[in-house]
Amino acid sequence: MNRDRATAILMLMPSVILLAIFVYGFIAWTGYTSMTNSNALQQLSGLPAQFIGLKNYQDLFTGQLNGRFRVDMVNTVFFTVLFILVCLVVGMGLAILLDQKVKGESIFRTIFLFPMALSFVVTGVAWKWLFNPTSGINAIPSIIGLPPGQFKWFISQERWLEFNWQLLPEILAIIVLAVVIFVALRYWVLRRSMIAAIITGITILLGAWISFGGARSLNGLASPETHGFNLALFALVIAAGWQMSGYTMAMYLAGLRGIPDELREAGRVDGASEIGIYRYVVFPLLAPITLSAMIILGHISLKIFDLVYAMGGGDNRYIDMPGLNMYFTTFRSNEFGQGAAIAMIMLILVAIVIVPYLVTQLRSETTL
Amino acid sequence: MTTLTTRSTAAPGRYPIRRVLLYAVLILASILFLIPVYMVLVTSFKSIDQVSIDTMWQLPRSFTLDSFSRAIERLAPSFVNSLLLVFPATALSAILGSMNGYVLSKWHFRGANIIFPLMLFGMFIPYQAILIPLVQFLQGLKLSGTLWGLILVHVVYGLPITTLIFRNYYAEVPTEMLEAGGIDGAGFFGLYWYILLPISLPGFVVVVIWQFTQIWNEFLFGVTITNTGSQPITVALQNLAGSQIVEWNVQMAGAFLTALPTLLVYILLGRYFIRGLLAGSIKG
Repeated sequence: MNRDRATAILMLMPSVILLAIFVYGFIAWTGYTSMTNSNALQQLSGLPAQFIGLKNYQDLFTGQLNGRFRVDMVNTVFFTVLFILVCLVVGMGLAILLDQKVKGESIFRTIFLFPMALSFVVTGVAWKWLFNPTSGINAIPSIIGLPPGQFKWFISQERWLEFNWQLLPEILAIIVLAVVIFVALRYWVLRRSMIAAIITGITILLGAWISFGGARSLNGLASPETHGFNLALFALVIAAGWQMSGYTMAMYLAGLRGIPDELREAGRVDGASEIGIYRYVVFPLLAPITLSAMIILGHISLKIFDLVYAMGGGDNRYIDMPGLNMYFTTFRSNEFGQGAAIAMIMLILVAIVIVPYLVTQLRSETTL
Repeated sequence: MTTLTTRSTAAPGRYPIRRVLLYAVLILASILFLIPVYMVLVTSFKSIDQVSIDTMWQLPRSFTLDSFSRAIERLAPSFVNSLLLVFPATALSAILGSMNGYVLSKWHFRGANIIFPLMLFGMFIPYQAILIPLVQFLQGLKLSGTLWGLILVHVVYGLPITTLIFRNYYAEVPTEMLEAGGIDGAGFFGLYWYILLPISLPGFVVVVIWQFTQIWNEFLFGVTITNTGSQPITVALQNLAGSQIVEWNVQMAGAFLTALPTLLVYILLGRYFIRGLLAGSIKG
């Protein structure tokens, strides 16, 4: 048996070694590249790239020429929130409808899920045609004689919730302050403990730090730079939501099918209405699925590339995303150091979402 | 069992209006989901003089396959590339995944519960984070710009998901079955060959469908490590649609052709596709 065990480990080794090189080795290499000035000029000169520390990262957040990256960050935040929201709401709605003993359920399921089988490039090309400002969706009202829609979809330049990037440290600090105050209040209400006093102390210090300009001093941008929620992102959210809602539907449907009928029946016996049964029996049981879906969808939206490429073609800053910026910075402008820095920031964001998820998923598996 | 039957029979009879409403909403949602399909098909069967703003939503006045023949002309070489890419890459990653899944589910060894999550992490990373070294590495091996390079890349980065699916699949196989085989003197390969492999077909179907779809639809690797001669279909479609001079009807025909293989797989084997989909969220 021991020889067999050795054989087993030996058979696993090729995959382990390949992944060790192609995932971890390459990440380390990218991490190193992100701290060098590697670019086209340096490569042509044949000289080794110089180590410049975190300069590329600093440039991304504060460099006058790197506004594109900051647009990407803001776009990512708004896109991620809306995309997750659309997929969860549509997916759960469809799953609940399909769970009502529907005739022809498999046909409906097939229709809601088929976009998952498509390439994001196909989705992008098809929706680009639908979102064409002078035709497509905008032309629908004119079929019944109404004036055509005016919204320019993915090439819209409208922006909501505008703010100056220089104020970002302050805005974030105030949000953190609000959360801390909320926590402090909760502790005071629950019990007047040491923790409550400590948190309140932190609140006062943080408030003082903000009001004396501590947060403002963290700003590294020399001149004002306006950012906001680009309405063009709606086009991206609709196309991505169309493609991925079926996925959440499938997850929720699997979850709903796993709820024993006895539980619902028990709720009914206790006098709960249909809505009450969802509120008190079904939704709490689906909460873990919602969390999983949020994490999976969230990491997809952080990585999104092909859909934006197919729709915007790389020049449309109103729907630009870090993945696209990385590709163009690296392989079109040959700024390898800068591109590697963008890639590392993407990796860190994804890891923050995925690593805790992986750990808890696998841990709960072993205890089962 | 009784509770189940009361629910299914009582509910439809009790609220006829609610049932009608339920179907109305489902049908409306289906129509909304199918709008892009309608638009792609309608546009691709039109000749270019029929593709105008006023008639965009109307059915073609006369059906023509002209846009399809022009799209095929442009996309055929890449379509062939994608076929040459997808079969070996799918087969290799499935075979390796099956072997890994067998080892990780049936041969517990120290460190396995560290190695496995580290392998899994590879399927979640943004591939931008490995792209620069990957390109340089493939250039070093003289594989850059070739289909072989792309096959290698898809096999390697497909390993986490194929390993995961097979590990979960084999975990359901009772260990006693293997132990009985072990008494009969079968070793590591014997157990795999005579006991696991014969019951692995459903697992292979799920993995093959998943990998086929993923590899066919992939774009980032395709666009960075191939050249004009070796580009897969998604890259060719993007080039077709991204150039401002190609007419919409040809673009839509191209989109349809690109989607066709994976759509066929999905329609014929959708059940297995969903299983692969849910496996991607680890436990489903």
